[in-house]
Amino acid sequence: MADKRTYSSPPRRVALFVTCMVDMIYPEVGVATVELLERHGVEVVFPLEQTCCGQPAFNAGFWDEARPLARRFVDIFEPLLRTKQIDAVVAPSGSCTAMTSHFYRQLLAEEPGYPERAALLAAATFELTEFLVDVLGVEGVDAQFTGRLTYHGCCHLLRELGIDRQPRALLQQVDGAEWVALNGAEECCGFGGLFAVKNSGISTAMGNRKVQNLVRSDADVVALCDVSCMTHINGLLSRQGERCRAVHIAQVLANQVDVRPRTLPEPPAQPLEKPRRWQDTT
Amino acid sequence: MSTSAIDLSLPYKKRVDDALHNQQLKVALDRATGRMAGQRVAAMGAVDAPRLRAQVRQMKEHVLRTWPELLEQLETQVTANGGHVHWAKEAADLQRIVVEIARKANVQKVVKAKSMATEEVHLNQALQRAGLKVVETDLGEYIIQLAGEPPSHIVAPVIHRRVEDIAAIFQRELDMPPTLDPQVICGVARGVLRKEFLSAEMGISGCNFAIAETGTCCIVTNEGNGRMTSTLPRVYVVVMGLEKLVPTVEDAFLQYQALCRSSTGQQCSVYLSMTSGPRKPGDVDGPEEFHLVLLDNGRLDMLAKGYGEALCCIRCGACLNVCPVYREIGGHAYGSTYSGPIGAVISPNIHLEVTDVDKLPYASSLCGACRDACPVQIDLPRMLLELRRDVVEAEGATLFDRAAMQGFSKMMQSRSSYESAGKLGSLASNVLARLSGGNLTFLPGPLSPWTASRDLPPLARHSFREQWQQRRAARKQIV
Repeated sequence: MADKRTYSSPPRRVALFVTCMVDMIYPEVGVATVELLERHGVEVVFPLEQTCCGQPAFNAGFWDEARPLARRFVDIFEPLLRTKQIDAVVAPSGSCTAMTSHFYRQLLAEEPGYPERAALLAAATFELTEFLVDVLGVEGVDAQFTGRLTYHGCCHLLRELGIDRQPRALLQQVDGAEWVALNGAEECCGFGGLFAVKNSGISTAMGNRKVQNLVRSDADVVALCDVSCMTHINGLLSRQGERCRAVHIAQVLANQVDVRPRTLPEPPAQPLEKPRRWQDTT
Repeated sequence: MSTSAIDLSLPYKKRVDDALHNQQLKVALDRATGRMAGQRVAAMGAVDAPRLRAQVRQMKEHVLRTWPELLEQLETQVTANGGHVHWAKEAADLQRIVVEIARKANVQKVVKAKSMATEEVHLNQALQRAGLKVVETDLGEYIIQLAGEPPSHIVAPVIHRRVEDIAAIFQRELDMPPTLDPQVICGVARGVLRKEFLSAEMGISGCNFAIAETGTCCIVTNEGNGRMTSTLPRVYVVVMGLEKLVPTVEDAFLQYQALCRSSTGQQCSVYLSMTSGPRKPGDVDGPEEFHLVLLDNGRLDMLAKGYGEALCCIRCGACLNVCPVYREIGGHAYGSTYSGPIGAVISPNIHLEVTDVDKLPYASSLCGACRDACPVQIDLPRMLLELRRDVVEAEGATLFDRAAMQGFSKMMQSRSSYESAGKLGSLASNVLARLSGGNLTFLPGPLSPWTASRDLPPLARHSFREQWQQRRAARKQIV
């Protein structure tokens, strides 16, 4: 985006804005994000005060309830940036990045002092793949994946932040992946936050379109950049007994995802490998 | 078999449910929206679309900045050309004005070209109450008039019907022999409508744009019905929303470009009919009387309320065709003359009677496809968000939602309450998930709509922050 900060030397230290959904439901996505950033020579700090950016309340029209959360978010991250303790904020989510870097402008417009601080923060807040490709200039990823892989462009990522080329470029470099095309890859999956509950019929119909397209694509895994959309797509796939799964792109890039080729026979019953945790080799 | 259209007066939830369960509707919408969206992409791709969009936007913003002056200029020009200009503040005013014109000119029959503004104020019903016969002459509008339905799309009024349904309507209403050949069906309509054109004393049309500097009203059609409506009857009445205004002839063609390419994906329409006034001595055709009725119906207030951006809309329907919500439920489920994303913004703002109008801004996943498709770059998601805020501020939210949001906000304002809630949630959701085999397949109360069609994973046993702190502790020990 035009108003993003540019770096004369590569950023050394970033704060992770992990997002509440990753923190509470998908910690492995946070782990993968940290691994990726550290792999590319960036030190990660994690401000423990962070909770939710306020998007659910904001999108539902409860701006008075969202505002304290927005102020709180700015109070946590902006001083770190201003005092140069960090060079950037990185989040494994297009939606939460859009909330803090686009919609805070609208939400905090009347809060004395905050618009300027929110703007400073917005300029240095990046979605993970945007940070890896545009800021760090990552070209090679050390990732392997056996199976058919495709990509779904989440709405806020694609249309609020204009990020599409970056995640696709990273996925193209995954070794061993067979790339398959997904029809309607840029169409909404129907999640939309509370929309999925308040308008569940429409939301499900939209999601079923996505499921149909995924099944037709014959992909084993669809990578995406938001765990919210991932939850919706997986919720439908799981309920309908489909084999395809949505995973966060960080999981693919950090080698957390393993798909057995379909041609191999079912292995004898064995306990599943435990989800990978930290790789602490240092 | 054709099923009945969705009743607009039903509650929102019922309208949506009816739409989602209507298989014919699904087929009709799939066929048409996909085709129109694809054609738009091709037609806009053939020109410098970013430049065209920026130019049209700039022009429409200029119109809003100089609105009163341009309207006065339009009135002066139309009057100078020998036409009459009328100002209608509300729906009732417009009805009264048009009925009055018809009475004075001793009109029995009215032919109409497409007009959303007249739909908005229910003009047909008012004319019929006054004893006039009204015939819609746009093919789509004619079909739904026969079926007794309102339009369900800004430019494709009968988009909710498949060709099979339309054939059934013609067989029933016009004694057409069974056929699914669109040419034959069109031929039947043409035969009927030609007689109506030749016998009507009054023509009424909408207005795609009116040129202030020349006092010219323009209508964009593909069927030629607009031209016949504006030239054959003795009296021609144009009904125009106050915002459908362009300053110059050059601007008119700019908007025309954007309109044709974005609505039907054409380079230009088959007809562009321009009327600057009544027939002049020596003219071979044209109406003896020309009236322009300008309709406010809440449009001026819309600017004052901060939703002026929506007045830049040129009614191309592109946002409907790309909207994933519209594609599932069609136009009638919105319950308003104006549907889709732009309808969800306009309907609560102008003076329309729409059941559950407060629900419309929520009928969107905020995916932003509409903004990308809009030839005027209207930021529809931003306005939908602001309308939701207005609903909440006007105490439109349920007590339960309000309490839930306040609780959510309070919980998220403190690290300790967030972490405690996370621990509790993890414990509870993992117990529930174990009962149902790994994922949550049943959730109670307000979350039950999620699990009606979708599974949900439980919260992690150990949150990211727990794992982070453990790692930090472990690292310290190593050092």
